[in-house]
Amino acid sequence: MAFLETAHPYPGRLIIVEGCDGSGKSTQLALLKRWLEAMGYPVFFTEWNSSDLIKEATKKAKKAKALTPTTFSLLHACDFADRFETQMLPHLQAGYLVLADRYVYTALARDVVRGCHPDWVRNTYRFAVRPDLAFYFSAPLEVSLMRILAGRPELKYHEAGMDLGLSPDPAESFRLFQGLIKEQYDAMAGPLGLITMDATRPVQDQQAEMRAVVAQMLTGYEPAPTAALGTARPTAAVADEGVTG
Amino acid sequence: MNRAWSFYGQGFPYLEAGSWPGRLIALEGADGAGRSTQIAMLTDWLERHRHPVLVTGLRRSALVGKLIARAKLGNRLGRRTRSLLYATDLADQLENQVIPALRAGFVVLADRYIFSAMARDLARGAEPAWLEQLYGFALKPDLIIYLQTTPRERLARALAKSSTLDYWESGLDLGLADDRVASHLAYQSLLQEHLDRMADLCGFVTVDASAPKKEIHEQVRSAVEPVLEGGGALAGS
Repeated sequence: MAFLETAHPYPGRLIIVEGCDGSGKSTQLALLKRWLEAMGYPVFFTEWNSSDLIKEATKKAKKAKALTPTTFSLLHACDFADRFETQMLPHLQAGYLVLADRYVYTALARDVVRGCHPDWVRNTYRFAVRPDLAFYFSAPLEVSLMRILAGRPELKYHEAGMDLGLSPDPAESFRLFQGLIKEQYDAMAGPLGLITMDATRPVQDQQAEMRAVVAQMLTGYEPAPTAALGTARPTAAVADEGVTG
Repeated sequence: MNRAWSFYGQGFPYLEAGSWPGRLIALEGADGAGRSTQIAMLTDWLERHRHPVLVTGLRRSALVGKLIARAKLGNRLGRRTRSLLYATDLADQLENQVIPALRAGFVVLADRYIFSAMARDLARGAEPAWLEQLYGFALKPDLIIYLQTTPRERLARALAKSSTLDYWESGLDLGLADDRVASHLAYQSLLQEHLDRMADLCGFVTVDASAPKKEIHEQVRSAVEPVLEGGGALAGS
């Protein structure tokens, strides 16, 4: 499963989070972002499916149920490529810490579950850079299902994987779909070097662990000059700082 | 006679393989090679011979056709994004228009297919292996006609069509030359090199597009006729 094996040559650092819906990954990344910013690091944040250029087309096509597994995959690749070329890469080149909520591994998991060939999907995303840190927030299926199904009973068509025809019942389809995605994540985590985080632990404990790993990775990192950004020069990363710190 | 489908790579793995009565014919050739004229003449001839015809082409998908046209107006598009958008456009047309039409027995004429799109990306530095696998979903046409012209001829035709040379068709984003005409010639030569190489590799039927259009049409027709009978130029390849 050779994929994104070479470290990027840029002065910035790329930290990404992955996981099933309801795994708490976005919460963890938001807390990490606050911590990094509080220390004065130049941070750029980006999330899946958010390109100004592409997202309207994706939304429209999803609503019209006009996407096949291949066009679903390609359209999300367009969205990623646009954000990668115009935002993530320039920020890495300029020496920023780039934080991404979902990265290419999301596509690897979802598109393969939808029926695309794994080699084909990996090839599509071969232009991406290997993250300096990739966290996979892993929870037993029932835990993430409970978090999502309790808070937001209106499941969207694609979110529930209804396009796969697994079940006519959205909640049941969502369960089956998330289960298949989790299988993909679990299988790729080791070979592709994702750091598996136990997403059932208390939020603060997970964050403390995440900060410790990030602090270690930041040794040797020369941030982009921050004077122009109006922030102070970063202080050394302190891993044991509290979540609210 | 039904044709078994065949793809350049993985195809659409979730679709059931099968065969269909239709035929897919691609016309390739750089901008200004007279493709539209030949498509119109061929369509006319096919319909007179009772073949239903569907014409497809680049940027004509419902999914992203307009988006690409809009994005091209600005300087917004990165090269990788542009490659992927064209691939998305083609995949959408294949699954939603071309394959259903082939199943229904249409002759589908592709006014440019993956090769033109690949040539443009290759001219912009895309890795050949990446592109080849990306377009692995593309159906192998029953026939690929390549309208070959020289960069000089295309320059003349481009200026005859519009008084200003198009930014993208002149490859101005590549910085090949300061001068617009020099850039157009250099870019079109690059495209030609790539298309010529693909012509050899993928068995294009090359037609000299500097001939009068009626003569070209005769040559196109003589390439198309055997494909309609059953034994296509690419059969068994």
